[in-house]
Amino acid sequence: MAVKKISKVQPEKFEFSKKNKETADSIIKNYPSGKQQSAVMALLYLAQKQNDNWIPLSAMKYIAKYLDMPYIKVYEVATFYSMYNLTPVGKYFFQVCTTTPCMLRGAYNLVDVCKRKISEEENCLSEDGKTSWLEVECLGACVNAPMLQLNENYYEDLDPTKLEQIIDKISNDEVPQPGSYRGRLSSEPENTRKTLIGNKNA
Amino acid sequence: MLEDKDRIFQNLYNDFGADLASAKQRGDWKDTKEICGKGREWIINEIKTSELRGRGGAGFPTGLKWSFAPKEVGSRPHYLVINADESEPGTCKDRDIIRFEPHKLIEGCLIASYAVNAHKCYIYIRGEYFNEGQKLQTAIDEAYKDGLLGKNSAGTDWELDIYIHYGAGAYICGEETALLESIEGKKGQPRLKPPFPALIGLYGCPTIINNVETISVVPTILRRGGKWFSSLGRPKNTGSKIYCISGNVNNPCNVEEEMGIPLKELIEKHAGGVIGGWDNLKAVIPGGSSMPLLPKETCETIKMDFDACVENKTGLGTAGIVVINKDQDIIKCMARIARFYKHESCGQCTPCREGSGWMWRMLERMAKGEATRDEVDMLLDVTKQIEGHTICAFGEGSSWPVQGLIRNFKDEIIERNKFDPIVKKQKDIPYLVDQHLLEKENA
Repeated sequence: MAVKKISKVQPEKFEFSKKNKETADSIIKNYPSGKQQSAVMALLYLAQKQNDNWIPLSAMKYIAKYLDMPYIKVYEVATFYSMYNLTPVGKYFFQVCTTTPCMLRGAYNLVDVCKRKISEEENCLSEDGKTSWLEVECLGACVNAPMLQLNENYYEDLDPTKLEQIIDKISNDEVPQPGSYRGRLSSEPENTRKTLIGNKNA
Repeated sequence: MLEDKDRIFQNLYNDFGADLASAKQRGDWKDTKEICGKGREWIINEIKTSELRGRGGAGFPTGLKWSFAPKEVGSRPHYLVINADESEPGTCKDRDIIRFEPHKLIEGCLIASYAVNAHKCYIYIRGEYFNEGQKLQTAIDEAYKDGLLGKNSAGTDWELDIYIHYGAGAYICGEETALLESIEGKKGQPRLKPPFPALIGLYGCPTIINNVETISVVPTILRRGGKWFSSLGRPKNTGSKIYCISGNVNNPCNVEEEMGIPLKELIEKHAGGVIGGWDNLKAVIPGGSSMPLLPKETCETIKMDFDACVENKTGLGTAGIVVINKDQDIIKCMARIARFYKHESCGQCTPCREGSGWMWRMLERMAKGEATRDEVDMLLDVTKQIEGHTICAFGEGSSWPVQGLIRNFKDEIIERNKFDPIVKKQKDIPYLVDQHLLEKENA
């Protein structure tokens, strides 16, 4: 279980934007009637996106009312899952995977770059206040290790120099191209592809 | 080596594109109507003939699982749930299926739903795979537009709706009952079994849960016949499988190969060999981080299928092969895996919640050489007290890799952790007695 801290500074009110209200209503319709509680995870995620990448307590209370469920149940879910940020994070949020398959290919070198270029500690904002970073567990792209997630995009096959370039770009508010940084388009073996040869570049 | 024509996932490397038109060109959705027209019994029997075993890790026979669903729909509707919460370190096969072969998955969902009498199907995809989920949603929308889903799906007269449910970064939600809890909007803590989900699952209704890869191979099996599938591999370990080879290899990759392919062939031929040559190999984790590692001697000969792995005291799991070479510190690697399990334990059962932390802290100390010699046995004892004493298989998953390390590299750990409490060596008294009071100059 991960340690989750609730932010000390909390906004008074939270309400879904009109567009998010529509999205939320259509998500609730995915589940059988009376089982609207199932939508809580999706709604928390919507709230997080609307509120600069973190979920305030007022949003949990709002969602509890929205789904007609006890507040504590929403709180329980928000604190259980690691993707919900309960304290403010950077507008550009780097999540570096350091589980063994990535670690074997040098993920901790990426962590060093983050420490040097963003902030010494995890979950602290950089000097310009735009970025923060976090070490996370396996992101499920082990064949393209080492990799990291920046907001919703995966950046794969990295090395320290390339990560430095990504961080430089993002601090100028340019979103770097997601995907592999060694030019791979999928998880095919570089140079030594021995299968599905007939399909190659079809 | 499997011939190219026998590979199910022709678009594994995205040579063609994932859209409906090119999927149809590859043969997807070709005669779904005729397949379903042959009836439930035929579908389930054909899957039983193919001897397909679940690709999510446990290797449970799929045909058998489907036959557990009640034959007639009673007062409660049936559900099909697809487990796309791929979080096992070393595994990234489902991601490629969702990205590049979504129509195989969707067609499989339709056939499986028909076979188990379900009108609703939920695909539980991990939250980090946001972009992959969007691609899958695009494919689902395409299928609806083309009349392949919805009322009278693909002309089968069967109504099916598919919904995507995003997770939010909890490894434990890959456990099937935790996954159901998560869909119900609760924290993902596994349920006690029995009752099994086939009878009481999602919202208390009969639910069949399958892995993405399992469902995606179903249409091809039915098209080419169960006999064809079972002719690949060896009995009880049939068919082909996507292997993910990561870690210290020259060309990490995903590759679809026949079951029972030698591990050495996978590494040498497809992944371009171990970095520094085969002799530089230290150990291999054959089936995702939960499975015990294999020393180099075993890697020379082992064949990659369910039963052969069990014979070698490990498991095929999800076939996520992590190669570790001699440049790495094996104890540190396993300590990092122990940290993963400590982080991901849901906290429901005490042995797992506390034990996973114990294992991590002990291994961290052992990696630094700060542990005592006795602690190696103590660590093994801790793993034995977790294994089998928890609600779900997470307990086994967290303790097996540690047991594998101790089984194969005990000498190396002891070599590094020579430290013995002085008191114990010199005098025959227990360790915890205040040592300084017994030493001569202080006495």
